[in-house]
Amino acid sequence: MSGTEGGSAPGAWTPHHREGRIAPVMEKEYDRPASLDHPRAPRRPRGIPYFEKYAWLFMRFSGVALVFLALGHLFIMLIWDGGVYRIDFNYVAQRWASPFWQIWDMALLWLAMIHGANGMRTIIGDYARKDTTKFYLNSLLLLATGFTLVLGSYVLVTFDASIA
Amino acid sequence: MSTQTAGQSPGSTAVPAPRPEPSRRRTLYRGDPGMWSWVLHRITGATIFFFLFVHVLDTALVRVSPQAYNEVIETYKSPIVGLMEIGLVVAVLYHALNGIRVILIDFWQKGPRYQRQMLWVVVGIFLAVFIPALGMIGLHMWERFL
Repeated sequence: MSGTEGGSAPGAWTPHHREGRIAPVMEKEYDRPASLDHPRAPRRPRGIPYFEKYAWLFMRFSGVALVFLALGHLFIMLIWDGGVYRIDFNYVAQRWASPFWQIWDMALLWLAMIHGANGMRTIIGDYARKDTTKFYLNSLLLLATGFTLVLGSYVLVTFDASIA
Repeated sequence: MSTQTAGQSPGSTAVPAPRPEPSRRRTLYRGDPGMWSWVLHRITGATIFFFLFVHVLDTALVRVSPQAYNEVIETYKSPIVGLMEIGLVVAVLYHALNGIRVILIDFWQKGPRYQRQMLWVVVGIFLAVFIPALGMIGLHMWERFL
């Protein structure tokens, strides 16, 4: 068994983006547009340029932040002081009186939701067999994520400790 | 006009010698601890994401009324939910530590070479953090339920 890793392709590898080719990922099952002289040519790249690269980078940078935000949150809520058994409305009201915890929770909400939603998008892309399945699952994911982000932000911004 | 067949020169690739005996392992990756770390990363990540929905929804009750929030939170203070909270700590802690490993594999020059050793470091730190955390959560549960 030869020990070369990934070097079995004929010819040198060239970066696809410098030669105007699209990256060889996420091909569609219907990806054969009409072009008389050039059948089965890939479509022109669409969408946000370099979206996948920025999504990849976001996962890593938000991941570093989330290690501290999420583990800190778990530590305070489950381990510190009396754990979950001390949490009630008054505890939340005291906590959110401080802008520090408001910003912490807002950052945790947005970073965790976007990080998680992008992870779910990857999972859907890996396991959905049909494009229609992928479309509906991604639509549901976008809807649920958007709803949760709007609801969470609304609650955090408009929180009123003297609510009856 | 450019066609797809450009760059294909026949006979340029060396034909590899046949293997002495067919291995049941089809790839270097399949069945390796590296694959299982990825499987666990995926399962814990999806689990945390579904928990997040529920958690934002229950916390949103603070906007409804203190009674509504306290009522729902009170149902969470049970031994079964306590066990689920321990499961959440397992999921988040593993996902965080293995995530740092993934970042190091991607960005650290020697990351890919030490990916396996880093997995054992992840397991070590996981145990070193999780066992005291389990002790503390267990202590809170003991004070509450026993």
